Amino acid sequence: MSELKLNPYFGQYGGMFVPQLLVPALKQLEQAYVDALQDPAFDAEFQQLLTEYAGRPTPLTLCRNISPNPLVKIYLKREDLLHGGAHKTNQVLGQALLTKRMGKQEVIAETGAGQHGVATALACALLGLKCRIYMGAKDIERQQPNVFRMKLMGATVIPVTSGSGTLKDAVNEAMRDWSATYDTTHYMLGTAAGPHPFPTIVRDFQKMIGEEAKQQIVKAEGKLPDAVIACVGGGSNAIGIFADFIAEEGVKLIGVEPGGKGISTHQHGAALSTGSYGILHGAYTAIMQTSDGQIEESYSISAGLDYPAVGPQHTYLQQSGRAEYVAINDDEALAAFQQLAKSEGIIPALESSHALAYALKLAEQATEPTVLLVNLSGRGDKDLAHVHSVLAGGQL
Amino acid sequence: MKRYQQMFARLEREGRGAFVPFVTIGDPNPELSFDIIKTLIDAGADALELGIAFSDPIADGPTIQGANIRALAAGATPAISFDIIAKIRQYHATIPIGLLLYSNLVMARGIDNFYAQAAAAGVDSVLIADVPLHESKVFRQSAMKHDIAPIYIVPPNVDDDDLREIASYGRGYTYLLSRAGVTGTETAAAMPTSELISRIRSYHPAPPLLGFGISTPAHVQDAIKSGAAGAISGSAIVKLIEQYQQQPAELLTQLKQFVSRMKAAT
Repeated sequence: MSELKLNPYFGQYGGMFVPQLLVPALKQLEQAYVDALQDPAFDAEFQQLLTEYAGRPTPLTLCRNISPNPLVKIYLKREDLLHGGAHKTNQVLGQALLTKRMGKQEVIAETGAGQHGVATALACALLGLKCRIYMGAKDIERQQPNVFRMKLMGATVIPVTSGSGTLKDAVNEAMRDWSATYDTTHYMLGTAAGPHPFPTIVRDFQKMIGEEAKQQIVKAEGKLPDAVIACVGGGSNAIGIFADFIAEEGVKLIGVEPGGKGISTHQHGAALSTGSYGILHGAYTAIMQTSDGQIEESYSISAGLDYPAVGPQHTYLQQSGRAEYVAINDDEALAAFQQLAKSEGIIPALESSHALAYALKLAEQATEPTVLLVNLSGRGDKDLAHVHSVLAGGQL
Repeated sequence: MKRYQQMFARLEREGRGAFVPFVTIGDPNPELSFDIIKTLIDAGADALELGIAFSDPIADGPTIQGANIRALAAGATPAISFDIIAKIRQYHATIPIGLLLYSNLVMARGIDNFYAQAAAAGVDSVLIADVPLHESKVFRQSAMKHDIAPIYIVPPNVDDDDLREIASYGRGYTYLLSRAGVTGTETAAAMPTSELISRIRSYHPAPPLLGFGISTPAHVQDAIKSGAAGAISGSAIVKLIEQYQQQPAELLTQLKQFVSRMKAAT
């Protein structure tokens, strides 16, 4: 078979660990992507969709009230204002265009919080593709508004009851579906994880977040930020905002994993913070596992971060020392969620609240002027009912 | 590895094909699992294909997922699975024993250590469901070092370059997929044309056994008629385990009948 066109590894992490049956489908996708990169018409159409349909560029907002320290400025990259409510819309538009290039009519996707499902559904509605979305039964319960959004836009939502009924199991089902349908169907994986070429394609289709933010913050501050902070589940919003800063060695890159009820409790989703290394969903990367290699179930208040692995480039960035990964617990994320609403009039997604919570911690400790750039990857509308019930009936 | 060559040589003398049953080790529990596998041998299995239970079996349909879940819930681990294999090897010195599992179970023990343990237990071949040809080098090298046959999958969409490599790297047997998709009887086997099998055979790979959706004696007959060296049946057997797990005696009777009928079709 033809050789791969792109390097499937980041250092020793990544690869394409899938059944032989799926290799031609992944190679076809890689080829379509490589061809698209050479085709100015592809980029023109992608850019047009991003500006005229999705609403790029998104603003950069300097927080007026939330910083606990007058020395510290906190900027938010407002992916919450993107059509669809989160950064997920960026890359699905790119993958939907690739789907059409490959002559495929149908799309399958997995979703955790439902944001990738919503993004997939809207892109498919727009571009005339038929889509079915696998979603863990437990996630369907805690993300009802997004389930309804997907259905409104014509998607079929398929509940997954196997395993823990969350994102990991939805990915399993999507891969099983794809192994029977790859001739006609594209698997629109929703994060910068999984087998090659997904981590590369998803990063490249998300990297405008960092490119825009860099220009915006340089314009506002006349210099680069001291740190870029983003939450990490699979890692697509984080790699999207990190990518253009990787070469800027003076800029700290900080990924914030879901600490759940605490790293020591086993009820968390912080693969990089505590995990070991192994193969899940096609990539060799940091994963949560037992000593025998069974995958552990992750936990987070935020469905979008509830995943026991992470994209392989993050593992590489951690191992090479270029990025740092920390964990924020449920209660810290919930507090930041409320704080941003009260002090700035912005209701963030619970996922993004993890990144913000860590920025607030850093801000408290700062002893010199500091500029922090936080990726506000999504808005919190989808989380309202869940947060309401967690906060004991909304007694704030 | 030698055991596969001896088995295929014997079958050739007999003018028959191989029937290879698959079960997940430890399903429905480690105690019963040994009796189940022993029954498969006594009923006429030519070789065994055994799975080690994994939490996320992405190449498997609902039936074998169920087997993985039951085995894990009953406490099956890779260590217990190797113990059971060693007992099987003691029970039968010459039957080829193949392992079918997922890569993370191999990684967690360290690749070379895994193959050393498999060899010590009496395993003849290892097929890793989520390691395709181009990621297989380190696994293959360890396998060969420990005299274990690395098994490669030939999917229906295989191209000539892959066939050439599979023929040169594979040992023991070649796992020929009857169709796309995951394991299970929900979608029956699609018989490959004899043209496809002769194209495959023209590269002289290890003898091809047809798997995925093989659940009736007619499937076995057709597989051999179209040029395969035999057939592998998993989900149909696992369904019997699922159905009769509470009645061990009846389960063993049913398994014996099923395997005898399938073997008779070879």
